[in-house]
Amino acid sequence: MAIISYIDAVTQALREEMQRDKRVFVMGEDVGVRGGVFRATNGLYEEFGEERVIDTPLAESAIAGVAIGAAAYGMRPVAEMQFADFIMPAVNQIVSEAAKMRYRSNNDWHCPLVIRAPYGGGVHGALYHSQSVEAMFNSTPGLKVVAPSTPYDVKGMLKAAIRDDDPVLFFEHKRCYRLIKGEVPETDYTVPIGKAEVKREGEDITVISYGLTLHFALQVAEKLAEEGISAHVLDLRTLYPLDKESIVEAARKTGKVLIIHEDNKEGGVGGEVAAVIAEECLFDLDAPIRRLAGPDVPAMPYSPTLEKFFMLNPDKVMAAMRELAEF
Amino acid sequence: METQVLMPQLGESVTEGTIAKWLIKPGDTVKKYEPLCEVTTDKVNAEVPSTVEGTVTELVAREGDTLSVGELICYIETRAGGAKAPVAAQPTDTKEIASETPAAESPKANIPLPSKGSVVNSAAKAAGKRYSPAVMRLAQENNIDLAQIGGTGREGRITRKDVLAFIENGGMTTQSAKQPGPINEEEAAMNVVHVESPSQTAPAPSVRPAVSTPEINAYPGDTEIPVNNIRKTIASRMVQSKHDAPHAWTMIEVDMTNLVKLRNSLKAEFKAKEGFNLTFMPFFIKAVVESIKEFPIMNSVWAGDKIIMRKSINVSIAVATDDALFVPVIKDADQKSIYGLARAVDELAAKTRHGKLSMDDMSGGTFTVNNTGSFGSVLSAPIINQPQAAIISMESIVKRPVVVDDMIAIRDMANLCLSLDHRVLDGLVCGRFLQSVKQKLEAYGSHTSIY
Repeated sequence: MAIISYIDAVTQALREEMQRDKRVFVMGEDVGVRGGVFRATNGLYEEFGEERVIDTPLAESAIAGVAIGAAAYGMRPVAEMQFADFIMPAVNQIVSEAAKMRYRSNNDWHCPLVIRAPYGGGVHGALYHSQSVEAMFNSTPGLKVVAPSTPYDVKGMLKAAIRDDDPVLFFEHKRCYRLIKGEVPETDYTVPIGKAEVKREGEDITVISYGLTLHFALQVAEKLAEEGISAHVLDLRTLYPLDKESIVEAARKTGKVLIIHEDNKEGGVGGEVAAVIAEECLFDLDAPIRRLAGPDVPAMPYSPTLEKFFMLNPDKVMAAMRELAEF
Repeated sequence: METQVLMPQLGESVTEGTIAKWLIKPGDTVKKYEPLCEVTTDKVNAEVPSTVEGTVTELVAREGDTLSVGELICYIETRAGGAKAPVAAQPTDTKEIASETPAAESPKANIPLPSKGSVVNSAAKAAGKRYSPAVMRLAQENNIDLAQIGGTGREGRITRKDVLAFIENGGMTTQSAKQPGPINEEEAAMNVVHVESPSQTAPAPSVRPAVSTPEINAYPGDTEIPVNNIRKTIASRMVQSKHDAPHAWTMIEVDMTNLVKLRNSLKAEFKAKEGFNLTFMPFFIKAVVESIKEFPIMNSVWAGDKIIMRKSINVSIAVATDDALFVPVIKDADQKSIYGLARAVDELAAKTRHGKLSMDDMSGGTFTVNNTGSFGSVLSAPIINQPQAAIISMESIVKRPVVVDDMIAIRDMANLCLSLDHRVLDGLVCGRFLQSVKQKLEAYGSHTSIY
């Protein structure tokens, strides 16, 4: 198995799906000749031509709208938001149209659409290039929101998203793009949407996370293991709908739960995860459910010092994990 | 001042870069913003500009090396003198100021560690007896009286794992080594203690009295210094040596007057010619090594059922830094001149100060020479550097009135102290050995050649 980066897994999934299914096409700002600002669509223009790799104007509402129309018509569009921060003008299209099409038409129409969007900070991108926007979409039934953390999951879940008959928001952590590498089979496979995965087995505390912070948790778990603290780490992978069964199972395992995400704490995915655990397994809890998340300030600061304050890192994660273990 | 140039962040999402080509070489003078090297990443190709004006002293990365953002690529010497300071090649660096996060600081400082010492005490602290839902449920389902369980959680809280362990042990509290938190053998030993009247069903466990190692707490205002690996190693080696080897100790006085004169006559010229200071250490090592040749048993090791006498004479020298002690080794010290020994001492000391000692530098010692005089000591009882058989220390050279030929004279005197492993060595041979060292030190004079 080849070891490839997170972003190469994106490209590989797109290429294989476009080769497999003529209906699949990508569209977005600079995805064509330029190959994407992060190079996620690198080489696709050359291979599939301008009709299947479409450069769009800087108009996210139009990108989403065109993609929804194409999906309703029977195509399999993969629209790219250059940064998740830019998704705001497209929210009306996504939430009011794509998410509700099947329901509104009583199953006559559906919307097999994928919207990819790089999110997250730690890349010195400041306000408009660092936001985590996933929580905004997590109360919209009709949408699926995924945020894989490993190259294997990226490829498998992007393929699953493209083959899904309903709209999927596919969030890619941009700091992971070149930082995270892993084994990815060259063969065709999918990873089911809606299933969390235990990335590490443990006894003392349960850590639930996704995206970049999941890797922090895994790193720290490795270190804490040397001190005799054993952490059970669950990767949510799909943020909406949540895999409640896996969450409850993981929480029961140790009775001590820490939820970690980079997004703001208040109103973040972690609150919903905590609520699921509180509802389903109160009598298995041995400690208050903890959340470690970004601060509740409007946006990622530009100043490097403040960016570090905003971002989680292994040290902050270690302090939180150790504190819970000692409780 | 020497400035470290680090791999800059060359674009969003870029985490590493490859040095394609150096545009400068050591010795070159660079202006601020002048390009230092070409770097390629999978996203961009760029030149790394200098952050300072100065002279390039060392290229750390080589062409073709791939480095993470924030890793060191080269050193530039700027005009002002002083200590090294890391500077990212661009203000965008995100790695270097790693120590600031307050969260990383140790939330432990003011939180008592789980379950040290008496559990009776800590269980009492968990007064109010608040139990988590998991603990309550387990206690009910298994008919357990929670008062019987010692808690290992914060402030003696009974955790779910404590209850599970209690059930697993058939109603006895034992603290498994898997408990979170730092646990060492001493603590584990102490933890056996706290089982107070276990449940009716279980056989009475043997309650051993506490090996009285009282819990050591920090008082308000105290500073807790975490023990790093070097400190841990020093601690365990010292304990092991004191524990395993019965230390005997002896001391003699040596008249160093002639040696002091000799060194004074040589040191200015030596410094000018060789570029480093001529100390007493090489003369001392030379005398020790020559005496070991006469009494080879000094150069041996206790091996349980036998004593191994080493052929090579590799002298460990104790070199202290501000917070640690290292014993790098001069290999085959018997084959070196005084100059050769001086050079070896200087090199090893420099390596130690710069943290560049290799495993090879540190291993293979057969006898240790310790220069305690360098910090003014006149008497010391060194701990033997295991598994060696002895360690000698040279104390301060001080002017003292002494009797020479029934006259009182002012002489430069020094004490030599020897700690010996009494399993291997006895007083007689050590006394003879010291006399030999003494004779050799006193025999140095204007005729002595250091080369």
